[in-house]
Amino acid sequence: MAKIMMCGNEVIGEAAVHAGCTFYAGYPITPQNELTHYMSFRMQEAGGTFIQAESELAAINLVFGAAAAGARAMTSSSSPGISLKQEGISYMAACQLPAVIVNMMRGGPGLGNIAPSQADYFQATRGGGHGDYRTIVLAPSTVEEAWDLTHLAFDLADEYRTPVMILGDGILGQMMEPVEAVRRHLHGKGTGLNPNKPWALTGCKGRKPNVIKSLLLGEGELEELNRILQIKYGKIESKEPRFESLYTEDSDLVIVAYGTTSRIVRSAISKARREHLHVGMFRPVTLWPFPETQLQKLARKTKAFLVVEMSAGQMVEDVRLSILGQRPIHFHGRAGGGVPTEETIVEMIRDILKPRSKKRVYA
Amino acid sequence: MKKIFERPASLKNVPTHYCSGCGHSIVHRLLCEVIDELGIREDVIAVCPVGCAVIAYEYWDFDCSEAPHGRTPCVATGIKRTHPDKIVFSYQGDGDLAAIGTSEIIHTANRGENITVFFINNGVYGMTNGQMAPTTLIGQKTSTSIKGRDPVRDGYPIKMSELLAQLPGAKYIERVTVSNPANILKAKAAIRKALKNQMEGKGFSLVEVLSPCPTYWGLSPKDAYRRIDDELTKHFPLGVIKDI
Amino acid sequence: MKEEIIFAGFGGQGIMVMGKVLAWAAMKEGLKVTWMPSYGAEVRGGTAHSMVVISDEMVPSPVISSPTACVVMNRPSMDRYEDTITPSGTLVMNATLIDRSPSRNDIDVLRIPATEMATDMGNTRCANMIVLGALNAKLKIVSMRALIDALKDVISPDKQDLIPINEEALKEGARLVARQ
Repeated sequence: MAKIMMCGNEVIGEAAVHAGCTFYAGYPITPQNELTHYMSFRMQEAGGTFIQAESELAAINLVFGAAAAGARAMTSSSSPGISLKQEGISYMAACQLPAVIVNMMRGGPGLGNIAPSQADYFQATRGGGHGDYRTIVLAPSTVEEAWDLTHLAFDLADEYRTPVMILGDGILGQMMEPVEAVRRHLHGKGTGLNPNKPWALTGCKGRKPNVIKSLLLGEGELEELNRILQIKYGKIESKEPRFESLYTEDSDLVIVAYGTTSRIVRSAISKARREHLHVGMFRPVTLWPFPETQLQKLARKTKAFLVVEMSAGQMVEDVRLSILGQRPIHFHGRAGGGVPTEETIVEMIRDILKPRSKKRVYA
Repeated sequence: MKKIFERPASLKNVPTHYCSGCGHSIVHRLLCEVIDELGIREDVIAVCPVGCAVIAYEYWDFDCSEAPHGRTPCVATGIKRTHPDKIVFSYQGDGDLAAIGTSEIIHTANRGENITVFFINNGVYGMTNGQMAPTTLIGQKTSTSIKGRDPVRDGYPIKMSELLAQLPGAKYIERVTVSNPANILKAKAAIRKALKNQMEGKGFSLVEVLSPCPTYWGLSPKDAYRRIDDELTKHFPLGVIKDI
Repeated sequence: MKEEIIFAGFGGQGIMVMGKVLAWAAMKEGLKVTWMPSYGAEVRGGTAHSMVVISDEMVPSPVISSPTACVVMNRPSMDRYEDTITPSGTLVMNATLIDRSPSRNDIDVLRIPATEMATDMGNTRCANMIVLGALNAKLKIVSMRALIDALKDVISPDKQDLIPINEEALKEGARLVARQ
């Protein structure tokens, strides 16, 4: 089948249209602009709505409105913009509104830079805004996978009535890889169907009025909502963890990495394997729910773990919570837009598996 | 016996939480009367603000959404763009529309969104214990301007309707009040026109209602209504500001 | 087979396009490929690079730290990337704009007076395709046919009239390598 080159940002846009997204609102920020550009004409072609919002606050709340009205809706941004969107994400989690939020992470904190980063892991996986809630977080590592996970994001959002985040970084957003050509310019409304949403605001003809709200002032009401949310999150935690493992069957060392970093780790592993070093990789595809049980099982088979991230150490905390001290956990991270190199990772693999001296300690 | 006055079908038969003399109750009723008269109850989707009217959905018998503070017109826009055939309005106070949501209301009007906005201006933050609003008059005492609003420290009362009228996307803007029966009838006419504009696809319409807050103005209801005519309308003149 | 190629130069020299044409061509020939841009704030005039990884197996990392080949279109790019090239790798340099010789002696060097040749051809901006044609002739990554085909995909619809001169530039670069 004929293929074309598309960047991660564009593929997410096309996948959203294909998944039946009919509403997109966004505000420009590098490195996710290609997605906003793409949606500006594709939404129009597909008969949907595109709004270039005046701010990220507006964008997320436009999406709130569209989601409340029953549309499959999406917004996208990069780190500083996602911070602004947390208000709306918290409200949507509380109102149990489905939506897809894309974060192509860049270096932070503050305005930071526009280089790739994974420093929003805590924000993404711990809820991000105020209150006790979680968002499902999907972390594609290739352009092709971004296509699949965008579809999954819309499906999970509707199934659980909850906001879902696609968490990538500048590299994933900007890089181009071949995808099936049929995936571009599917003129028409896309093939995804909006599931029946009896709770949506559509006018109260033939039914009692629907109300979307999160303000619960009555005694015990908010506690009850939280109980319902926690039951839902528990179900997601038991049913939805996704991961990929590579050579974990015979590995003395398992590297845990996600997204773009996992690709660099994959290269490092090929190199190390040529040196007969028994190293493998565990790649969480869902960052929340974190595939905790699945990782825990590996603690029995392997001798040590190495976590590699484009951050000062965030996912490493989830790895620690999964391994619970059963095995040593090493860490390598680059913060502020730095990208771990294949060479450094290979060197760390060698040092951990064949320590030549005791002077280098990674923790 | 012929019934000549009754509760509008769109208004639920429940007591409200509003203070005695509060203007919200009057505006709620007017809105519901108009919705009934236009026969659009089943097509209406309302967006309630954060502020005293936050639980307006407890009183209105049609589809409603809440919105984060000030983002009310964004939520309304998201709904309207998804269901262009429905009648979508936002109901906002002066904190919601004139302070935290200034950016949102300006850009919603500027895009000419075909929605209706009801802006209830009482010049004070009622829900959070009577702090100064952007529309508080000079010299007016509030819990954050205990000696009276001082323009040097606090700036000036903002005229949102006049400001929004500058935007080509805004089609109809009128300021009304509910200070006496004659004004209430005018307010109702404005509410009707603003909703009809949307039904006819005319674009962004906004009705600002000068509304009394006896509780945080420290006045009896009667004196509060008098203050609207004596003081508020001097700074916020009534009438059509824009109609194109 | 695996090539990791960095294209570098001033913004506006067609650095992104060079990488994209090669990436599209490789894809058309059934190879696995990634293309990654630098995406600095500068649009014109600053330094830019694009990274292309081509392999007959799945490409793990799109990030290149030791390129097998490097195309440098100006002096700052040469200064930045020369040392990173893997031993026995290839350096293709725009000799018109680079006023120094490489210091490495463990790499293959192709000196292409690209800007001068492009000016002679009537469009300075096709210097990038001359260099790409030369690089490909040297490393034999894809067929000339695939490169020419890729121009149609990479050059935007409103600039398709530039295809003939770019095609000629690709061939000119290849001919130069054949002569050398």
